[in-house]
Amino acid sequence: MTNPFDAIKTAFGSLKVNVLRSLLTMLGIVIGVGAVIVMVAVGAGAREMIGEQIRSMGSNMILVVPGASQQSGARMMAGSVHTLKSSDAEAISKECLAVKYTAADWSDVAQVVYGNRNWRTRVWGTWQTTFLMRDWPLRCGRMFGPEEEKRAAKVAILGQTVVENLFGDAYPLGKVLRIRNVPFTVIGVLERKGQTPRGDDQDDSVYVPLRTSQCRLFGTPFLDEIQAAIVQAKDEASIPEAEKQIDELLTRRHKIGRKQEKDFSVKNLAEIHETAQKSLNIMTTLLGSIAAISLLVGGIGIMNIMLVSVTERTREIGIRMAVGARYADILSQFLIEGVALAVSGGLIGVILGIVGAFIFARASGWPAAVDPATVLVAILFSGAVGVFFGFYPALKASRLHPIEALRHE
Amino acid sequence: MALIQMENLGKVYQAGTVDVPALEEIDLSIESGEFLAIMGPSGSGKSTLMNILGCLDAPTSGKYFLDGEDVSELGREQRADVRNRKIGFVFQGFNLLPRINAVHNVELPLIYGHVNASQRHEQARDALKLVGLADRADYLPTQLSGGQQQRVAIARALVNSPEIILADEPTGNLDSRTSKEIMMIFRNLNRERKITFVLVTHDHETGDLMDRKILIRDGKVEGDERNCGEEL
Repeated sequence: MTNPFDAIKTAFGSLKVNVLRSLLTMLGIVIGVGAVIVMVAVGAGAREMIGEQIRSMGSNMILVVPGASQQSGARMMAGSVHTLKSSDAEAISKECLAVKYTAADWSDVAQVVYGNRNWRTRVWGTWQTTFLMRDWPLRCGRMFGPEEEKRAAKVAILGQTVVENLFGDAYPLGKVLRIRNVPFTVIGVLERKGQTPRGDDQDDSVYVPLRTSQCRLFGTPFLDEIQAAIVQAKDEASIPEAEKQIDELLTRRHKIGRKQEKDFSVKNLAEIHETAQKSLNIMTTLLGSIAAISLLVGGIGIMNIMLVSVTERTREIGIRMAVGARYADILSQFLIEGVALAVSGGLIGVILGIVGAFIFARASGWPAAVDPATVLVAILFSGAVGVFFGFYPALKASRLHPIEALRHE
Repeated sequence: MALIQMENLGKVYQAGTVDVPALEEIDLSIESGEFLAIMGPSGSGKSTLMNILGCLDAPTSGKYFLDGEDVSELGREQRADVRNRKIGFVFQGFNLLPRINAVHNVELPLIYGHVNASQRHEQARDALKLVGLADRADYLPTQLSGGQQQRVAIARALVNSPEIILADEPTGNLDSRTSKEIMMIFRNLNRERKITFVLVTHDHETGDLMDRKILIRDGKVEGDERNCGEEL
């Protein structure tokens, strides 16, 4: 066989003769490979984002919220019943064995004032287990203890954004600020947590004991009512078990009969993420099939053009054979041309794919990461397409009889 | 042994179920350094004989020895190798590759003979010098006249120092003045480099310039005459 360098030079020489035709032939591969690159980049970005979401909300979380009420047959929105109590949350924490931590919430938005500054933020009444579940440490100060929770102490823990807006450079610990005109002592400052992927600033919040929020700040329509109980299961495997235990416990505690509608609902946050994963997978499959079809069509295009090229260049093949080219020489020449077409298309596709992923990332705000391994696989795969679809035309060329090929007009 | 030795050689083509004999009972001997023409009307089988002589095709019966080697039984791959090492072709229609320049055209046999690039280039330039086209090395075939193209083709036939050059109607597409030039080049190469020339032609004027004429008719050797007449 001829030396590979000469063969490659010959192949690119032939492709250069009809640049437009070569480019059009590559188009299918370009689109296919481009789609693969964008798909993988965006898919990886979306996965990363979902993972981050799960991490920031805490893992293995279950949300218990009040159910929907009925008034004269008209069903109200979820959370419109007032039967979920902090005692329910306590019971969950005590009786459900598959549960690690439980916290109960009552929050509202309020004006927070310190000195001559003020700031509007969400004030959360909760238990200190919230911080354990979300893996959110204090920068300084301390948590509120069980005793402060019990007596509804007027103590507050601040997020970084609130500290910046109310205190600037001043030292916040031990200072007294007012929430809805109720004086609170700052006992702790949280570490910076950052934004949720949706763009909510988690640091823009104030935490107070649940009872303080219920009794002293906002007041609840019914005694000891909570907006939600947040539960963390022991581990991923025990999530279904924990859900079952919570469901049974609350059904019993709320004395709900078999045919009655439940006045609470248990939501598995992992399920929400699973749904997100699923729709992501659908998108990935869709893009993947576009890519596969494009590569197939592109490959057929290459085969078509290579067959045309073999016919057009029959005489050239005859001349090459007359001066001593063997089967393998002709076969490899046309095979390399097919592969060169496919790989050039692949390279253009990679470049367009990277640009596309970058634009997508910019436009959507999702992270998009182009993995070098993907690029390599895409290029190798387009090479394989070239070999697969270039083989038949190359074989046809190499099988020509030299005399007939020379006679061809 | 002669350079070319054919013994009772025959070639039969199959057209459907019918066998069409193209060559029968060819006994032919050509010595090294000969300058001869194969002549005959069209359909006489001279092209078939030329193809077999050039190892482009194999005979269906009989023996063909080229340079002492029995090439009648060789397969396609080995015939390609024999063509590459021992035979140069010059065609009526020049048969240059249109998209590469003269020197690259001349290099072509060397590519398939696995000669490295720098040596290839050198040999190709030498061959072009021999046909007087050293200054046209970088021209594309379409930028050259018919005579010049044929000289490039001759350089290509020469470049791997073959034993024999087969020329199929080499002057068929050229005017008489250019034809004469080409024939001069052949004669000089024959005299100075002892290359054997076999020309296929139906033109008697060209035939008369050769040392020996073999006449083919209806697939058989009809005559074999030595010329001692005209000199170029």
